[in-house]
Amino acid sequence: MAEAIVFYGLAALILGFAVLVISTRNTVHSALYLVVNFLLVAMLYVMLGAEFLAAIQVLVYAGGIVVLYLFVVMLVNLKRPPETHQDPRRQTRLGLALASALLAELAAIIVYSATGESAPAATAAAAAGADIAGGNVEQIGMLLYTNYLIPFEVASMLLLVAMIGAIVLAKREL
Amino acid sequence: MDVIWLIPLLPGIGAAVNGLLGIRFFSKVQTAVVGCGSMGLAALLSVYAFVQLLGSESRVHDVVVATWIPPIALETVDGIGAFAADWAFRLDPLSGMMILVVSGIGLLIHIYSTSYMLSESDAGYARFFCYLNLFCFFMLTLVLGANLLVMFVGWEGVGLCSYLLIGFWYEKQSASDAGKKAFLVNRIGDWGFVLGIFLIFFTFGSLDFREVAAGAAAMPIEAAEFGVISLICLFLFVGAVGKSAQIPLYVWLPDAMEGPTPVSALIHAATMVTAGVYMVCRNAVLFTHAPMVMTIVAVIGGLTALMAASIGLTQTDIKRVLAYSTVSQLGYMFLATGVGAFGAGAFHLMTHAFFKALLFLGSGSVIHAMNEEQDMRRMGGLKTFMPVTFVTMLVGTLAIAGIPPLAGFFSKDEILFRTFLHNRALWILAVATAGMTAFYMFRLMAMTFYGDYRGPAWENAEGDDHGGHDENGGHGAWHGPHESPPPMTGPLMALAVGAIVAGFVGIPAALGGSNAIEHFLEPSFVAEAHVEGGEVAAGEAAEEVHEISHAAELGLMALSILVALGGIGLAYRLYIARPELAEAWRARWAGVHRVLLNKYYVDELYQSTVVRGTMSGGRGLWRFDGRVVDGAVNGAGWLTIVSSWCSQLFDRYAVDGAVNLIGWSASESSFSLRRIQTGLIQNYALVMLLGVFVFVSIYLLVQ
Amino acid sequence: MLEITPTHYLVLSAGLFMIGVIGVMVRRNIIIIFMSIELMLNAVNVNLAAFSQQWQHVTGQVFAVFVIAVAAAEAAVGLGIILAFYRNKETVNIDEMNVMRW
Repeated sequence: MAEAIVFYGLAALILGFAVLVISTRNTVHSALYLVVNFLLVAMLYVMLGAEFLAAIQVLVYAGGIVVLYLFVVMLVNLKRPPETHQDPRRQTRLGLALASALLAELAAIIVYSATGESAPAATAAAAAGADIAGGNVEQIGMLLYTNYLIPFEVASMLLLVAMIGAIVLAKREL
Repeated sequence: MDVIWLIPLLPGIGAAVNGLLGIRFFSKVQTAVVGCGSMGLAALLSVYAFVQLLGSESRVHDVVVATWIPPIALETVDGIGAFAADWAFRLDPLSGMMILVVSGIGLLIHIYSTSYMLSESDAGYARFFCYLNLFCFFMLTLVLGANLLVMFVGWEGVGLCSYLLIGFWYEKQSASDAGKKAFLVNRIGDWGFVLGIFLIFFTFGSLDFREVAAGAAAMPIEAAEFGVISLICLFLFVGAVGKSAQIPLYVWLPDAMEGPTPVSALIHAATMVTAGVYMVCRNAVLFTHAPMVMTIVAVIGGLTALMAASIGLTQTDIKRVLAYSTVSQLGYMFLATGVGAFGAGAFHLMTHAFFKALLFLGSGSVIHAMNEEQDMRRMGGLKTFMPVTFVTMLVGTLAIAGIPPLAGFFSKDEILFRTFLHNRALWILAVATAGMTAFYMFRLMAMTFYGDYRGPAWENAEGDDHGGHDENGGHGAWHGPHESPPPMTGPLMALAVGAIVAGFVGIPAALGGSNAIEHFLEPSFVAEAHVEGGEVAAGEAAEEVHEISHAAELGLMALSILVALGGIGLAYRLYIARPELAEAWRARWAGVHRVLLNKYYVDELYQSTVVRGTMSGGRGLWRFDGRVVDGAVNGAGWLTIVSSWCSQLFDRYAVDGAVNLIGWSASESSFSLRRIQTGLIQNYALVMLLGVFVFVSIYLLVQ
Repeated sequence: MLEITPTHYLVLSAGLFMIGVIGVMVRRNIIIIFMSIELMLNAVNVNLAAFSQQWQHVTGQVFAVFVIAVAAAEAAVGLGIILAFYRNKETVNIDEMNVMRW
């Protein structure tokens, strides 16, 4: 009962802030709503028993990426409102309609499949729930450094490349 | 004896040194030392090897230096044979005699040349000695070769050197022409020789002389039918005819006198031209199995001897007289081999080498003294100016005329005797030739050394004691005829001694001798397998012949001496005692004289038939080439141009048109399609979204 | 309805994702569009975490970590591009970014 209350509250907040992110005119506000959104999602992770993910979410997203956005927003010192110009060929309404339709379809699929097949998932969750209760950081670490070692290294290389690329792109003169 | 391979190699090294270094760096003295030194060493080695050969039991010594051609499977008459050849040298009595002659006379002529060629530049001098050494290298290879291929290497090599040396003064048109003529005429002979080699391999499966001889000995004598051995021998004889200047290929030899006189002496008198005789003797077993070819050989030899001698009667160029004399004497040798007297042929080869080299060197000395004058009509009376040359040449003349006890007498008489036993008609030819030989040789002596001096006047009246003008290169003013310097007279005297004593090795039994040379050479003329029985049989046969006709032989000797003396007497009468008589005779037989003077018009005949035929054939082919071949090529070119013009049209309108059409249609259709490319990222995202929507819809519907 | 099943999370995730999509579709400020992309990535992460919980396996979370890493890289490079573009064009309006047109 409490879990349901928390979930619905979180879900409402998440969706609400997400809508605020994409609807606010002020870019800085948008970024700040994004931070709140990320923190709420981190809470959702805690609910899902993914503490490590929650921590990463706070550290990387809320702490790193959004700060990056804020820096860019400040660097892009807009003299005129960014959204003044509008191309006549853009199909905003069609996009909205398609997105809504897709959301409906996805929800239908999820709900339809969940009613039929959620039972084994529940039993599995009940069976192994105790194992991950103590924390899954160790398990994630094991997996990352054994089965996913090479993707992990590739990801690190990706980050290095992205760093260099960002520096190259952002610097005025090399 | 194992070092006989060094004998040819030494002159080869000399040639290499003189050719590679001498032409550029050496002075004349250095060149001469290298040239004569290498020849001297070779001569010493030859003597050493020959002495060892005399002292050893076995008469045949093989030295295989290296494998030349490893066995190659080739078809022969007995199926597949192994074609193989080694660099093998063979020392046996025949090659032993030949290396003595070649290296000995070669050495003397090298020494002679050191003085004779002094007027050349340093480079020309080195070039000359390089060629001369190279010639000796090839000639010694030729005579020492144990199989036909090695012999052929030498054979072609001496031909090359002959060409190089005839054309030594290549700035002179006539000299280079003569060189080419010699080379081309020799090609005909080489063609025969090569065919002979092929056929020998095909028949016997080997090229080694001994194996070939053994193979031939096992086959029947082709007395009645013209079989394969006869064909081989005919081909080989064609080769010999080319190299040894017999009818009809003798025409190159007189022209070869354009070369320096030592060359004429060494190559075109003493050694190379006798290679044909040597080759026939080498293959004596083959020839004895082909009596019909033997007859051809004898007839050709006899006819050549007579014809060349008759031409020699009227020639006025001192070297040409000697050249025709050489052809004539070579005819003698072939006559001897043709009647089966291989030993006599080889014997005459040796003695002839001595006295003909002597005569040529003597004539060189005379030419030198007369400041390069070769026409005997402008000589005369030189006896007083150059006594050494006169005496030595007189010895040579007497030797070639066949006056006992000089060398020529014994060898020539042996030939005459054997011919007499074999065929009387040929004997008559030979005797007539002997008379002519004596006549023209003494005519030469008379015109050169006797009578009054008819040459040009010289600047200085005391010219006769300017014998030393050669030392300063001969380029100074000519001071009149003079005796030659010691390097030239020395070899003359040495050869004169040789011309006197060389015959003593072959004193016939009729005169109380033992005919040692022929017995010595006998093993070279019979097949290995038959040595025991065959030699004895041949020896007995020879003894028998001698036994029967000692008296007749003595009579024949007397006759030939008489003929020779008659020739000498006639020459004396016509050219010394009563010169006007010669004029009268010439007027009386003007027609004959003209024919002889023009050498039977053989050169003209060849010119009008072979040369002109070849030329007109060539011209015809040239015209054919110009009209038909070029026409075809040009036509093909024209066709190509026309067709390429057509295809160019096709290319321009069809191919390019198609390409342009495609491009045009692409650009036209893209004009409407490009409107999709708005450049708005969100439009593209929208399409993506649409795609996702469609897929999810499909999933939903299928579900 | 009161028992929270993975289905609930999936629906939430789908909603979040669609909000992101709408943002990408509707907004012309490229920075906002980037933020919308981040929202979509977050929705995916929620999905992964939900499945991880459903199947009691941490692989889903590992993948979420990778997604976060890629998102960080994407944000860095993307914002670098925005800066470079802004320096040249003095705008962040996506409708004016049409130089890749014909």
